[in-house]
Amino acid sequence: MKHDKILLEHGGGGLLSHDLIAQLFVPRFRNPYLERLEDSAVLNVDHRKFCFTTDSYVVSPAFFPGGNIGSLAVCGTVNDLAVCGGNPLFLSCGVIVEEGFPMASLETICDTMAEKAAQAGVQIVTGDTKVVARGAADGIFINTSGIGVIEYPSPLSVKSISPGDVIIVNGTLGDHGAAVIAAREKLSLSSDLLSDTAPLNGLIAGILQVSPHVHCMRDATRGGLGAILAEIAQAAQMRIDIDEKNMPIQDNVRGICEILGFDPLYLANEGKIVVFCAESDARTVLQTMQQHPYGRNAALIGRVGSSTPGRVVLKTIIGGERMIDLPTGELVPRIC
Amino acid sequence: MKFIDEYRDPALVAGFLNHISSAAKRLARPVTIMEICGSHTYAIGRFGIRKLLPDSIRLISGPGCPVCVTSARDVELALYLASQPNVIFATFGDMLRVPGTGGDSLQKKRAEGADVRVVSSADECIGMALSHPQKEVVMMGIGFETTAPTIAAVVTACRKKAINNFSVFSVHKIVPPAISALLADLQLNIDGFLCPGHVSTMIGAEAYRMIADAGLAAAITGFEPVDIVEGIWLILQQIENRQTDVAIQYSRGVRPEGNVRAMALLESVFEITDASWRGLGVIPQSGLVMRAEFAAFDALKKFAIPDIHSQDIPGCGCGDILRGIKLPHDCPLFRKVCTPVNPVGPCMVSSEGTCSAYYKYY
Ligand code: SF4
Repeated sequence: MKHDKILLEHGGGGLLSHDLIAQLFVPRFRNPYLERLEDSAVLNVDHRKFCFTTDSYVVSPAFFPGGNIGSLAVCGTVNDLAVCGGNPLFLSCGVIVEEGFPMASLETICDTMAEKAAQAGVQIVTGDTKVVARGAADGIFINTSGIGVIEYPSPLSVKSISPGDVIIVNGTLGDHGAAVIAAREKLSLSSDLLSDTAPLNGLIAGILQVSPHVHCMRDATRGGLGAILAEIAQAAQMRIDIDEKNMPIQDNVRGICEILGFDPLYLANEGKIVVFCAESDARTVLQTMQQHPYGRNAALIGRVGSSTPGRVVLKTIIGGERMIDLPTGELVPRIC
Repeated sequence: MKFIDEYRDPALVAGFLNHISSAAKRLARPVTIMEICGSHTYAIGRFGIRKLLPDSIRLISGPGCPVCVTSARDVELALYLASQPNVIFATFGDMLRVPGTGGDSLQKKRAEGADVRVVSSADECIGMALSHPQKEVVMMGIGFETTAPTIAAVVTACRKKAINNFSVFSVHKIVPPAISALLADLQLNIDGFLCPGHVSTMIGAEAYRMIADAGLAAAITGFEPVDIVEGIWLILQQIENRQTDVAIQYSRGVRPEGNVRAMALLESVFEITDASWRGLGVIPQSGLVMRAEFAAFDALKKFAIPDIHSQDIPGCGCGDILRGIKLPHDCPLFRKVCTPVNPVGPCMVSSEGTCSAYYKYY
């Protein structure tokens, strides 16, 4: 069935988003850089490799425990560059703000952006501001683009993943999603939930320095770990096996998921990467992560198998199996 | 979360699985157990329980997903109410994408401009009604005995606060009459029922007596893996001993008499009436409508409802699936035409729907 109107779900990072990109955008803009559909485009200029990415931020509420739209706008773009092996250098910042938005909030957001940019070692070198009439936007939207230089010798890409690779994440899953949902629902029980928003370029540079056999990295943002793995399994046409008992998930995140009927594997992260590397490098990568402040709870969660078709199979805590597919529908609580 | 972990302990699960497989060997015949409730269907899929059971033990899903059993006409009515001018239509999320007779859904209505809002609990409607005094907030009241008291509480609160721009479109249903309808269905071939723990905390254990009286096994069961495998084991024991009863596995939640206060609240706002279920047809005394005293909060009375055309979705086997006669794989549309992105029937939409659970987890 073709949709004749855009649905919210087209922006959810699940199957419909995928279809929209594959059927509407890619055929019209087609070129080899775009077609790779990784987190950043990798560009060759004068024998040097650059990565280039863009992302728009529309989070609601704009302020949530552990961050605000500004920290997301810097960290998200920095991370998209870093997972492609890039050293992020420059960002742009486009702000669309609604008439009547509190000036003090805008100041706080920009202070946060400056602070995160300094922490990540990037400069915001160009920008744009548009103000729209009340009701034409919901508070504030931010777009950032970023450029970085790639020095890691081998290409980080889904295509480089091979059977036997191990899968490592740098910490607890679903923190950002849970914090935003809790803020949105005004749930008082969850005052200790904090978004994990963080720039991960330092952590990633550390990994790339010690491990010559990293094959692919992704940041597990919208759609969470589940969506990223399902996407990768499909693109690589390889089976991925993960083990529920090794998933690092905070108790309070599990709690809110139990109450509202969410699956933490599909909750968004803003400071979590998934690393695919050769088994021989597993220990080094894990240790390097665990020594970094943003990787203390790093864990090896699964492996890449050789059998096709490409799908993700989760071994449940009690030893059963279930499939992990691209999420569908908006994230909604169950009703019964 | 230590509380939950205890009920997810792999060693405990393994223990019950051992009991189950020896009981299955002794029985030496196929045993079919129906999980009545969608939350069980979901949990069984999520924890991968089906694969851990011996081949001779078959779990089938029943009519306990509120969204799935909502009749085609009620879906059409929801779409009609949501499109009325000046209405904020509040609904639980699972209802959003349920396709109506002409392929419309609340989600599509929203994209076309209808003010459809997803709530996770009914009391959000109170604030909504207060902050939009010039609009009518219509809440779709959907769910079984667990949800209906929460809606009743909101209605009562609105009456107290004299909030006049709030109404409920009730498609609430109650579980026991549906079970009786299944028991009377000769096509059905079931040895026992896993009864839903949370509904039972409300209605109590005795509400399921007719199952045991019909000579079938029953266990009121919680929704964690240890609960479910223990519930299955209790059912097998009853079958082995040829002594049927309503066992209470979920003793941490269920009292024999249920939650008397919540039920009284429910009964103060709703009264029981015949209701039409998708797949099961009209079941006598199985639905909840608002009492006459609450007509001011009854969307069906507040709005002039025209003749509404509705029809079951051609080709969709949800009806037979809800009766436990067919599995999703038996539906020719499953996976090929009907997917969670393009759901043909409601069983593919709701996270508790059988088709959705089979699509996601198997
Ligand atoms: S697969 Fe789709 S069409 Fe078939 S019974 Fe299920 S919901 Fe209906």
